[in-house]
Amino acid sequence: MYKEITIDPITRLEGHGKIDIFLDEAGNVAHACLQVPELRGYERFAVGRLAEEMPRITETICGVCPTAHHMCSTKALDDLYGVEPPPAARKIREFQYNTFMFEDHNLHFYFLGGPDFIVGPDAPAAERNVLGVIAKVGLEIGKKVIDIRKRTRNIIQTLGGRVVHPVNGLPGGVSRGITKEQQEEWKKIAEDAVEFAKFTLKAFDDIVLKNKAYVDLILGDVYKHKTYYMGLVDDNNKVNFYDGWIRVVDPEGKEFAKFKARDYLNHIAEGVESWTYIKFPYLKNVGWKGFVDGKDSGVYRVAPLGRLNASDGMATPLAQEYYEKFYQTLGGKPVHHTLATHWARVIEAMQAAEKMVELINDPEILDPRIRNMDFKTPKVGIGVIEAPRGTLFHHYETDEKGRLTKANLIVATVNNSAAINMSIEKAARMLIKNGVVNDGLLNMIEMAFRAYDPCFACATHNLPGQVPIEINIHNAQGEIIRTIKN
Amino acid sequence: MAKPKVAFYWCASCGGCEEAVVDLAEDILKVVEAVDIVLWPVALDFKYKDIEAMPDKSILVSFINGAIRNSEQEHIAKLLRQKSQLIVAFGACAHLGGIPGLANVANRKEIFETAYKLTHTTVNPKEIFPQLVTEIPQGKLTLPEFYDTVKSLDQTIEVDYYLPGCAPPPDLIMKGVQTLLSGNLPPKGTVIASEKALCETCPRNKTKPDKMVIKEIKRIHEVIADPEKCFLAEGIICVGPATRGGCGERCINANMPCRGCFGPTKEVIDQGAKFLSALASIIDANTDEEVQKITESIIDPIGLFYMYSLPTSILRRKQGV
Ligand code: SF4
Ligand code: SF4
Ligand code: SF4
Repeated sequence: MYKEITIDPITRLEGHGKIDIFLDEAGNVAHACLQVPELRGYERFAVGRLAEEMPRITETICGVCPTAHHMCSTKALDDLYGVEPPPAARKIREFQYNTFMFEDHNLHFYFLGGPDFIVGPDAPAAERNVLGVIAKVGLEIGKKVIDIRKRTRNIIQTLGGRVVHPVNGLPGGVSRGITKEQQEEWKKIAEDAVEFAKFTLKAFDDIVLKNKAYVDLILGDVYKHKTYYMGLVDDNNKVNFYDGWIRVVDPEGKEFAKFKARDYLNHIAEGVESWTYIKFPYLKNVGWKGFVDGKDSGVYRVAPLGRLNASDGMATPLAQEYYEKFYQTLGGKPVHHTLATHWARVIEAMQAAEKMVELINDPEILDPRIRNMDFKTPKVGIGVIEAPRGTLFHHYETDEKGRLTKANLIVATVNNSAAINMSIEKAARMLIKNGVVNDGLLNMIEMAFRAYDPCFACATHNLPGQVPIEINIHNAQGEIIRTIKN
Repeated sequence: MAKPKVAFYWCASCGGCEEAVVDLAEDILKVVEAVDIVLWPVALDFKYKDIEAMPDKSILVSFINGAIRNSEQEHIAKLLRQKSQLIVAFGACAHLGGIPGLANVANRKEIFETAYKLTHTTVNPKEIFPQLVTEIPQGKLTLPEFYDTVKSLDQTIEVDYYLPGCAPPPDLIMKGVQTLLSGNLPPKGTVIASEKALCETCPRNKTKPDKMVIKEIKRIHEVIADPEKCFLAEGIICVGPATRGGCGERCINANMPCRGCFGPTKEVIDQGAKFLSALASIIDANTDEEVQKITESIIDPIGLFYMYSLPTSILRRKQGV
């Protein structure tokens, strides 16, 4: 007989993510998995739609990272119609995109995942949220967080029309340009963003890195997985969020593959399981060996840690300094410690802010030529972008009128779905022994989960802060004999 | 006096409606001060049974976003109806079905086949599909059932008010909250936005010629839209005439036409049909051939005229499936 433990992260009322743990007779973990009980069918109802409407349609997949879907979809349209946006349009898109990356990474750090560190993993659950962060860092700083969010989101709103679900992407360009006055105003915001990123990195340094217990936690075995890593890089193998080569490194950090979006089908495949609605991508040229680590397993990881590991460095000077320190502190490349994702994320926020400064100061961004309409007959369009939560693919096929006949989407978090399951299983195995369920289990699993910042958690709305988690321990008859909750 | 009790809840939603609440920024503190939030799964730990234990009608108002697409969502919506004096459908998905409601062009079987079999990267030789119950050696794993049809909130429970938009703009959210707390309640069924069509407040309206005629329909990527001129007058589909105003002309500001996320104007049930009649009245076609040519140029009327409202339209869903 097996005992079943259910962790229902969003309590029972949500149904977007549930963790099941089964114990064997000795009380050790026999099986653990994360179920995603949500499917919405975008790939089906995209069929018949006009390609140019896809950036508006697909972004409603996620209201937390709509800009990533909007931009990726727009890039798929560039490819579909065989057009490169003029330099100003490209710069506007990149500026908008980096602004979004900066804003979203801050949201994660201050509202979602960061509280575990800033307030402390052992702090009472009720304090591990943005209010606890404000209490710890002070109200002044709390206001700063709200202020920079507001100002950066205003940029997206101005360019995109709506901040939740922007609308300005068109094949070969954008629908509106930037005025001189806006440029002046946004230069200031961009500079403030860099200052804010410095502040965040310093806070990370003071609160996390100067605390040996935290560093030990990051380096601990519970959160370690030796996998492949994927991320977009530029021609110099530096991290790029908007465009470039998709680079994959093996668990030793050696380049395994480097390809353009157009070739993604040669490299990625997805498996299906009957117990969850989410699919499990893997590297086709390694193969699916199940939920296991190592060089022979096609499991790969994306998102901030994946991007840093898959690159040779950051594209901007300040971010590069932190990048070097990151690998020095954590014992060289690649870093396999899942929790280091939080640090990687704030380093990326710095690159995004520095990029904002660079792009908005570029005189060419004001050029009124923002559309390339030299369209070829549409057939296939593939777009890729680095969403905050990982590499995102949009692939459309159309008839000659540009109406969709087929769509394929690999959403950022989905790339990490196998690894997330592995992290949960590992934490469970290490923390449940002989039927004794360690009370720390709940929090440890929650932290493993949060580091990935899973998008289905976005979709399941763990904003702003606490994911309510409940572990029910059932006896063989299915009665609850013990409940642990945060 | 005890503060009024307020609940926030989400069904099948993208999370954007919650971001819009966070975008209240400092104003959110005012809301928190004025009310007692009894249910907000993002921020507060609570259980069904806590809500079940509350006396009926003890919550002043529940704001619910997202469409309804599984049994769990239906259950909690019904529970909140019982416990609340007022229900507000928050955002386009709860109000009209929203973009995810376009899934009603297909059924569950087609959606499953596409996602788990036909998509390019899917490798599924054994044709495994997600199952409600999976037996594993250690026990059973269960999944909630995915409904065939996406429904708006008022197709599931009675709704008192609507806050439209994808997502609703923060200024309207504040206005809605203040109105409901003031006790000076608008008539039931009110959509908390403008009573008029978007065109009436659109800055481009004044550029419309007295007698608007269009000879051909242009697609948004095929033209450089003049940032001053009415899209429709230029032959670009803009659902403004059939859409309720109040969004602040958000898309128009970005030089893109409206796709109707605020839903139909007052007393109109079917936004797409309303738009079609508005369009028909301005099309300048004399012969049958001309009419046919222009109709054919509207390649995807469902996607364009019903982008946010398919589940609540008279079409409702694909028939015969
Ligand atoms: S209305 Fe728009 S923002 Fe709100 S849940 Fe639906 S898709 Fe998301
Ligand atoms: S049709 Fe569109 S652009 Fe023209 S006035 Fe109406 S909302 Fe404005
Ligand atoms: S312009 Fe139309 S689609 Fe855009 S926000 Fe307003 S109502 Fe919604």
